[in-house]
Amino acid sequence: MTAQTDDELWSAIADPSRRRVLDLLVSNGDVSASWLAGHVPFSRQAVSKHLVVLERAGLISRRKQGREVLYQVEADRLDQATRAMAELAAQWDRRLGTIKRLAETAHAENKKRNRHEG
Amino acid sequence: MPGLMIEREVLIEAPVEVVWRTITEPDQMSQWFADRVELVVEPGAHGFMEFGDQGGPVAVEIVDPPTRFSFRWNHPRGEEPVAGNSMLVEFTLTPEGDERTRLRVVESGHELLAWPDAEKERYAGEHRGGWAEYLDRLATLLAKRQPG
Repeated sequence: MTAQTDDELWSAIADPSRRRVLDLLVSNGDVSASWLAGHVPFSRQAVSKHLVVLERAGLISRRKQGREVLYQVEADRLDQATRAMAELAAQWDRRLGTIKRLAETAHAENKKRNRHEG
Repeated sequence: MPGLMIEREVLIEAPVEVVWRTITEPDQMSQWFADRVELVVEPGAHGFMEFGDQGGPVAVEIVDPPTRFSFRWNHPRGEEPVAGNSMLVEFTLTPEGDERTRLRVVESGHELLAWPDAEKERYAGEHRGGWAEYLDRLATLLAKRQPG
C-alpha cells in the first residue's frame, strides 16, 4: 500500500458513521443504499456519501443486480488493512521492548553504582 | 495518516524517572527509535530524525516530566505539523510502586476536533478496544459470512 492509499483507507475507517455502514456491510453484505439507510440513524444522502468514500478507499465495491445497485465488502482490502495495522502494532511492540531493556539495564547499573558508593 | 490509531503498552521494572530519561534523551532515542535523533526536548521544539537513508522532521508537543511526552512526525518537510498531515505519538508513564512503571504509547493521526462530542466519545470508546481489534472483528464477521 502506498502512503496515499493508506491515508484514504484510515480516513475512511476513522469516521464513526462510516464505520457503522462498514459494519453493516460486513455483517449483511450485498445490500442496497436504501437498505443501509433504513438501518442507520442518518439520511439516505449521507449514506451515499459514505459509500463513495468507502469505495474510493477500496474497502467496498458495487455491482448491479437488475435495477438495484448492491454493495459488498472487499475482503482482500480489509485483510490488507488488518495486516498493515498488525505490522504497525508490532513495530511499536519492538520499540517498547527496546525501551524496557534499556531502562531496566540502566536501573540495574544505577543500583550497582549506588551500592558501591554506599 | 488521518484516522489511524494504535495503542500499546509495556510494564517496565524500573522507576519512572529512568524510563523518562530513556524515552526523552536523544542519545537514548537513537537506540529505540531512529538511527539518529537531533532534538531538544522542549514543547514546540523542532528537530530531525534519521532512519537509514531516510529522515524526517519531528516536532515536540508536550513535555511534562516524568509522566507525559508527545511529538508529531511523518509530516511533509517544510510544512507545520498539524492534525491531519502528521502522526502524533503520545507517551504516558504511570509509576506502579518505586521500581515499576507502566509505559503506554498511542500513535494517532485522527482529527477529532470537528466532531460532535457524542461521536468523539463513541470513537474514543471504540479505540479503548484498539484499532487492531476493530479490524479483527470485521475480518471475523466477514469470515463467518463467507462460506469456505
